[in-house]
Amino acid sequence: MDALLTYVLRQGDRALVLAQRLQEVITHAPEIEEDMALANLALDLIGQARTLYTYAGQVEGLDHDEDHFAYWRDQHEFLNPLLVEQPNGDFAHVIVRQFLHDAYALPFWSTMTSSTDEVLAALAQKAVKETGYHLRHSRSWVVRLGDGTGESHRRAQRAVDALWRFTGELFEADDVERELVAAGVAADPDSIRQAWQATVSEALDEATLTEPAAGVMQTGGRSGRHSEAFSYLVGELQVVARAHPGASW
Amino acid sequence: MSLGSADWPLWEVFVRARRGVSHVHAGTVHAPDSELALQHARDLFTRRSEGVSLWVVRSADITASDPDDRESLFDPALDKTFRHPTDFDLPDQVANM
Repeated sequence: MDALLTYVLRQGDRALVLAQRLQEVITHAPEIEEDMALANLALDLIGQARTLYTYAGQVEGLDHDEDHFAYWRDQHEFLNPLLVEQPNGDFAHVIVRQFLHDAYALPFWSTMTSSTDEVLAALAQKAVKETGYHLRHSRSWVVRLGDGTGESHRRAQRAVDALWRFTGELFEADDVERELVAAGVAADPDSIRQAWQATVSEALDEATLTEPAAGVMQTGGRSGRHSEAFSYLVGELQVVARAHPGASW
Repeated sequence: MSLGSADWPLWEVFVRARRGVSHVHAGTVHAPDSELALQHARDLFTRRSEGVSLWVVRSADITASDPDDRESLFDPALDKTFRHPTDFDLPDQVANM
């Protein structure tokens, strides 16, 4: 597959899959205000995914629209990192997953504003504002949960420990990334990792949480190898579109 | 599946629609502290560009007048007609008042 197409789909899938996970918890947050906050994050992410899928269709040149990429690909064709498909647990788990993601997404979009690809650079202008707010929200909660009660601290630490092994994949550089970084299209994973590390270390420190030691990182999502739980996510995402092909409302 | 339940305090939200006008009471949100109250207020009251500034204040910190005091607080104004602008004749040159 074309490097640019792969790159665009990886980003679109990251946004869509995280949005799908967030939608699953709406009506389960501690208060309705937090349901609204999580729904707003999901809506922003869906908006980003739509733009990326539409662009993927243009790059691919097969006349595929955004719905094709969301609803008519099978799970091994999804190229999102494993972090965003991790199933929801308690509120701390949802928030820590969001924070680890947002700390990546903000420097990613901020670097992409100077991409030589005009479509990606234009999307980045909008996404960087949205993501700045997402990070502010998830970071606020990480600090409150970590530096909150004994129980909230224990749960936040458990989430950090459980999700840490999925963070390395965000910064993996394969041939796709290297080719596009050289062309000035893609963001350099190494510089994003440095920004991510600084954001995460600072927030965990303020939250009195312990940063896990560097260890083995799980990988595969961006090459289409996903967890078992992901098949249920894709099934729920696609069931209506596949049961009623071509339906509109 | 539930992510837990909270017993967060209530906050009154004030939105300034644009520069030069006052903050106006818009409603209330639940939040554990003022920073998150601002974020919740942003999500609920300004997501369609309704404002340029937000205030939040703990509802418990507001001292409100008692409805039972209505007569002593407000009624005397009615029979002091000299306080009402109706007793003054406006010059014709004043177009809008």
